Amino acid sequence: MKNKAIHFIIIILFFISISACKNNSNGNAETVIDSGYSGESIFNLKGNWHTQNNETIALSALQGKTLVMVMIYTSCKAACPRLVAQMRDIESKMPTDKLDQLNFVLVSIDPETDDPKRLKAFAIANNMNAPHWTFLQGTKKSVQEFANVLSVKYKQISPMDFSHSNIISVFNTKGELIHQQEGLGVNNKETITTIIKEIV
Amino acid sequence: MLLSILKKLLPLYCLTFIVISCNNSNTSNNASKLVNNADTLFGVKAAMANIKSGKYIPLYGRDSQLVTINSFQMDILPVTNANYLAFVKTNKRWRKSNIKKLFAESNYLNHWKNDTTIGNEMNANSAITNVSWYAAKAYCECQGKRMSTVNEWEFVAMANENIADARKTAKYNQQILAWYEKPNTSNNPVGNSLKNYWGVFDIHGLVWEWTSDFSSIFLIDESKNDSSTNKKLFCGSGKFTKTDLMNYAAYMRYAFRESLKANYSLQNLGFRCVKDSMINNEK
Repeated sequence: MKNKAIHFIIIILFFISISACKNNSNGNAETVIDSGYSGESIFNLKGNWHTQNNETIALSALQGKTLVMVMIYTSCKAACPRLVAQMRDIESKMPTDKLDQLNFVLVSIDPETDDPKRLKAFAIANNMNAPHWTFLQGTKKSVQEFANVLSVKYKQISPMDFSHSNIISVFNTKGELIHQQEGLGVNNKETITTIIKEIV
Repeated sequence: MLLSILKKLLPLYCLTFIVISCNNSNTSNNASKLVNNADTLFGVKAAMANIKSGKYIPLYGRDSQLVTINSFQMDILPVTNANYLAFVKTNKRWRKSNIKKLFAESNYLNHWKNDTTIGNEMNANSAITNVSWYAAKAYCECQGKRMSTVNEWEFVAMANENIADARKTAKYNQQILAWYEKPNTSNNPVGNSLKNYWGVFDIHGLVWEWTSDFSSIFLIDESKNDSSTNKKLFCGSGKFTKTDLMNYAAYMRYAFRESLKANYSLQNLGFRCVKDSMINNEK
């Protein structure tokens, strides 16, 4: 009986100390919390994103699937349709029974225009409405940071147009970059092989 | 048996509990002071200069277009080693040993002895270098500031001591190019240069500086040609031509920016912070 009581006290004290730590780590006092992600993981990025289904998620919500990511904007007439076609080509080469292990993610570089509604319409119009397609709207800041992680350069050159580099990036289930292909009209073969190796 | 072990452990546990909670509350008190007082740079006062709004044609941008700069404030000095030390003392995730690889390559704070000691031969009052874009961003945001845009930085950088736009004066370009030829200027103390028109020091002469949108710099010509020989291809109607061929120094800065990646930590690359001006942004 006494034994149990001491146990109880210890447990209570333990929880008090945990909550004390949490309360103190507010504001900008950054205590180093081990997120469980490796140092290279994109899941270390903070900030929230809106999906085409109007859900609000952190990038870490994408954990657990192999990610194929690209940055585009929906009003783009020149390179993006080709980039999107490349994404669809990669998708079409995947074994259909493995698609649930994959997430094809299209991040908008024009967060002011591309809201969830617009992204959803784009997904439907381009036949990319299956659950393994994700479209993300961030903020100007989060998009800038994310583009830097992917080494994607972009610049708004008119109210409706952006210049941007054309890079498709593959991340493993832990959010670590494992492959990038750059350019339009390039052969997707190496990217496809990399992804298939990851999921099998 | 178990009971006696627990009895022995209990006081020990309580003791550690008290010690830990004391430590935590100390750091949080310090931090909340910093947050409340955004103009204080971790105990070091960072003076800022008012940059009045204006228009100019930068070297690169939308083709030959005037860029409007809203008035803002800029740190008159680059962030120093001492300043950055204060930052990492409070913000442990930016310490050399804690930095995530995503946010900085292995050169990060390469020249520091350890997490909280700068190198022996280093000057506490010289500009911090070997820091990534992410680190510079966090440092500035921590104090309610931000990094300048390329356009803002270049706007300030075209001033000499007397006029806001000295780009046409021969001496201005010569001085900058003379610095570009001088090796190892990064360890010189900040604040020894001539004050420029805006009251800003060392914009040229010591280290290069990070900008928020460095990754928006494309030096490739107007071509959107997508032959396989051209590695980088762009969407939209980007057209980038030099509007000022004479300004070779600026060309070098743009080329340098274009070559950067956000996790780079280079010995000649530091930063300073800016913030939006409270003064109304008309003309």
